[in-house]
Amino acid sequence: MSKPKVFEKPSGVKDYLPEAASKLRAIEWNVLQCMDRWGYRQIITPTIEYYDTVGAASSTANERLFKLLDNKGTTLVLRSEMTAPIARVVSSLLKDEALPLRLSHHSNVFRAIEEEAGREAEFFQTGVELVGDGSAEADAEVVALAAACLKAAGVNQFKIALGHIGFLNGLLNFHLSDRSEDEHVLKQYLLQRDYVGYRHYLRSLPLSTEAKEELESILRLRGGQGVIMEAEQLAKDDQAKASIRHLGEVWDALQAYDVIDQVQIDLTMIGNFSYYTGLIFEGYAAELGFPVCSGGRYDNLLAQFGRPAPATGFALATNRIMQVTADHAEEKSYRVLVIYNAANRTQAIQAALNFREKHGYAVETQYVGEAQLPDSISVNDNQTYLYHGNVYDDILRFDN
Amino acid sequence: MAQELLKVAMPKGRIYKQASKLFREAGFEIPEDFDDSRKLIIPLPEAGMEFIMAKPADVPTYVEYGAADVGVVGKDVLMEENRGVYELLDLGIARCRMSVIGLPDWKPAMHPRIATKYPNVASRYFREKGQQVEVIKLNGSIELAPLIGLADRIVDMVESGQTIRENGLTEMEKMFDVTSRLIANRVSYRLKNDTIQALCDRLQLAIERK
Repeated sequence: MSKPKVFEKPSGVKDYLPEAASKLRAIEWNVLQCMDRWGYRQIITPTIEYYDTVGAASSTANERLFKLLDNKGTTLVLRSEMTAPIARVVSSLLKDEALPLRLSHHSNVFRAIEEEAGREAEFFQTGVELVGDGSAEADAEVVALAAACLKAAGVNQFKIALGHIGFLNGLLNFHLSDRSEDEHVLKQYLLQRDYVGYRHYLRSLPLSTEAKEELESILRLRGGQGVIMEAEQLAKDDQAKASIRHLGEVWDALQAYDVIDQVQIDLTMIGNFSYYTGLIFEGYAAELGFPVCSGGRYDNLLAQFGRPAPATGFALATNRIMQVTADHAEEKSYRVLVIYNAANRTQAIQAALNFREKHGYAVETQYVGEAQLPDSISVNDNQTYLYHGNVYDDILRFDN
Repeated sequence: MAQELLKVAMPKGRIYKQASKLFREAGFEIPEDFDDSRKLIIPLPEAGMEFIMAKPADVPTYVEYGAADVGVVGKDVLMEENRGVYELLDLGIARCRMSVIGLPDWKPAMHPRIATKYPNVASRYFREKGQQVEVIKLNGSIELAPLIGLADRIVDMVESGQTIRENGLTEMEKMFDVTSRLIANRVSYRLKNDTIQALCDRLQLAIERK
């Protein structure tokens, strides 16, 4: 590649100018406040981690990890998500703290750079992890909190789809118990969202017509509570049955949280099988082509760090949410300019400090030369002042 | 929300005629032949849709980013582009195959070179077969490459095989069958579930009637 031009930055990273930055901060603050009210305490972990520990344990595909070498030749990763780092902390620094632990986080996360618009190499996530509670109540709490956070972030129209890894696992395992190869192929088709390939491969298998019909019908298991009943008919083995029962319990609990209108069941949704172990969910906002939130249960991860415990959580894609929320109407601070010359410096600066501390105004100061009067102040229609292209609510002069 | 039109990315050209015919057979009111018009966005309120006329290779991109809710696209493009979209239905139209093609007297080359419009598909295929090849991306008239010695084989779509024969080439192996597919955006598929499922079901019925 040729040498970059001075305005260029690596593809997939973004600058946030003052307005966007304050919007992002407002969303982050509102969401973290919401999490705080649900008893989740924020923690901060480092940007870089070891590839062999956090990198290997993370749900991000190996080729999508942003890898670096330190000066000893050890491979490092820029964190790709927050769940694995938090699992590390829970199993080490917090290992004597009683479970359940409720933790929240907000941070930038990274992916290997890809040369295409929309493939972000750095983005923001705000999320929670609930460690040490494997119950349906805990799953429901996390889903309801996700809904509350999306509301707090200012997303008006959204849906959260719930799925369950155990249902598909159980069902496929029941019908294909002696054909683990085929089971793997079918799961790959589902993971790639290739329903045509799934149906085609399924029809080629030497299974009973009934089994084929049942396995094909899972592609339609989307909708409201009725889907749980439909799925109960299909569930024949213990794992699938237990999963559906669990999903039903989560649904009942969500009714108590009063978020059922925002939730739907989607048993065709499957996450990374080697990572997630139970209930999984994704949040969608109208007008945005990508999910704004994803999460689920990952009961095997903590064991990799030496403290086996069930856990669940989610992350909001804060910078995607930013695209669908209205420009935040948060009150802008009263902006004042203090103009002063050398003779009145002390008086001017004391006045500025006073305005900042006592009144909370945003005060800028501008030094002007001895006998040089600023003649470029003009008054706008809306009673604000214009000085050298900047707008102020008030201008105070200490220059004569 | 109920009156909102479903945004459908349609491939311009060859596949469009067959796709719009299938939509009509499924009972959607779509006027015949405006594919030669230059309009890029065509509202079809009677059918509850809006067609976005796109270059075939761009259809998965529109759908992945949510600029369109669903789209019609060949499996060849899906294999090449590898986009995060749902592949819902095999429409059974624009049937052809992806094949390896070469001169009749082809012998294994020392440094095999493959010319194609589908570099990702070709690379993956030969890698899985355990062959290391050099892939050259061309944008059209692929058949030229072996004739003028640019490549020893090509990977391309074959419909009847006539173009190949006319150029004195031979189809060496079929890689996979290609038909057009209905694809959907990840979010639309959930938020507009009922509309998209209804579209799927009606198209499915029309396909089965054939």
